[in-house]
Amino acid sequence: MARHHVRATVNGDAVEFLCETGQTLLEALRDELRLTGTKEGCGTGDCGACSVMLDGRLVCSCLVLGVEAEGRSIETIEGMAVGEALHPLQQKFLEHAALQCGICTPGILIAARALLERNPDPTEAEVRDGLAGNLCRCTGYHKIVEAVLAAAREMRGA
Amino acid sequence: MSELRYEAPKTLAEAVALLSGAKGRARVLAGGTDLLIQMRTGRIQPELLVDIKAVPELGEIVAGNGGYRIGAAVTGMQLIEHADFAKRWPGVVDGVRLIGSLQVKGRATVGGNLCNASPAADSVPALIAAGAVARIVGPHGAREAAVETVVVGPGKTSLAVGEIVTSLLLPPRPLRSGDAYLRFTPRSEMDIAVVGAGVNLTLDAQGICTQARVALGAVASRALLVPAAAAALIGTKVDAAALARLAAAARDACSPIDDKRGSREFRLRTAGVMVCRAAGIALERARRNDG
Ligand SMILES: Cc1cc2nc3c(=O)[nH]c(=O)nc-3n(C[C@H](O)[C@H](O)[C@H](O)COP(=O)(O)OP(=O)(O)OC[C@H]3O[C@@H](n4cnc5c(N)ncnc54)[C@H](O)[C@@H]3O)c2cc1C
Ligand code: FES
Ligand code: FES
Repeated sequence: MARHHVRATVNGDAVEFLCETGQTLLEALRDELRLTGTKEGCGTGDCGACSVMLDGRLVCSCLVLGVEAEGRSIETIEGMAVGEALHPLQQKFLEHAALQCGICTPGILIAARALLERNPDPTEAEVRDGLAGNLCRCTGYHKIVEAVLAAAREMRGA
Repeated sequence: MSELRYEAPKTLAEAVALLSGAKGRARVLAGGTDLLIQMRTGRIQPELLVDIKAVPELGEIVAGNGGYRIGAAVTGMQLIEHADFAKRWPGVVDGVRLIGSLQVKGRATVGGNLCNASPAADSVPALIAAGAVARIVGPHGAREAAVETVVVGPGKTSLAVGEIVTSLLLPPRPLRSGDAYLRFTPRSEMDIAVVGAGVNLTLDAQGICTQARVALGAVASRALLVPAAAAALIGTKVDAAALARLAAAARDACSPIDDKRGSREFRLRTAGVMVCRAAGIALERARRNDG
């Protein structure tokens, strides 16, 4: 059996894990590293629930192999809050009731943070565009968009 | 099941040797956005994956001789973010922008879009219209092939065993050139083209079209270069009469499938409409691009 010993950085920490060639990064995160915040919706790149940052790039972890993470830096939802202090996006999602079942939420938060890093003052259309790769079957998106816009305002200090 | 091997060679020579020396089915792994899904559904069961992303030259976007060389491991997002490339080849970037979500484009490569050989691949008609050439390296050396000759049918390419597309070459751009790619899909995002149309044209100082290339996607078993459609534009001001001839030539070139995404008749009509709209955008861009 081809088992790989992978060394990577996850949320700033050096980690090592073993994985099979066919295992995705999503499976490695959840099953080997026990970081179950990243969710699986479709497994085919359509829903964005598995979104993580890979070397600073937003990707679907279900479309990346675990072995491809060798030497790379990964950021997941577990790295978003600092201790007990929630990220402004997380705080606004709670205040705006921008989640129901919550399966889409980690991926949407990662995608939203990536959007605000590139564009701190997005229009509503830009928020919708930035989150177009993330499906939510519960909320109807309106509250999600409001929460992201509110977080953006707060992060700009406006 | 777990006999699958993974290699990430650091040189092209090693990558070619691995692919041509493999006993079972070997596959190039670029962004993996098609490959991983095909493996997951069991449609393909390779025994060796050769990840080309560790080969440094495949990750480069290089301007030279007035043109561009895009390495096969360059992602869609890297290309979109490359301001000068996007300015010179906005139509190619139109095609790349349509490849899935931001997440998908963070991994997907143009080389993979081509080599996956889907008739509906969005960057392919744009590249064909642009006159792009694929540089290919294999066990018997290097060769170049026009992009329209790389795909031969759904899921099938003209690449021999062990051959890798290493880069796509975009030719020098004359003044007053513009290109555009448009597709028709039932939904605006995350959908598969029912018709895709790429148009690339060059005007002279009087606004007469001197060169054109027109390509269509999703209307045949592979993306097509349509010389008769280009001929309808050359020598004209890309006026209404020329556009009518363009639409007719585009419809004549189609041999579309008939399925739930679009009937044959619908695809034929849509091909004419989309190619005219793409020509209109290419024309605007060419007019603005006069130095
Ligand atoms: C959710 C989702 C939405 C999508 N939407 C679209 C869309 O709207 N339009 C569209 O066109 N596509 C779409 N795609 C398909 C896919 O993302 C693209 O085809 C992508 O460009 C493939 O590139 P890749 O680098 O991921 O290829 P890979 O998956 O790595 O490879 C694809 C195939 O090409 C071969 N290959 C790759 N690179 C080379 C090379 N350099 N030399 C030789 N062979 C090679 C591989 O062996 C494999 O057979 C979508 C995919 C997903 C998951
Ligand atoms: S689980 Fe990865 S996109 Fe749906
Ligand atoms: S909250 Fe349930 S999918 Fe978004």
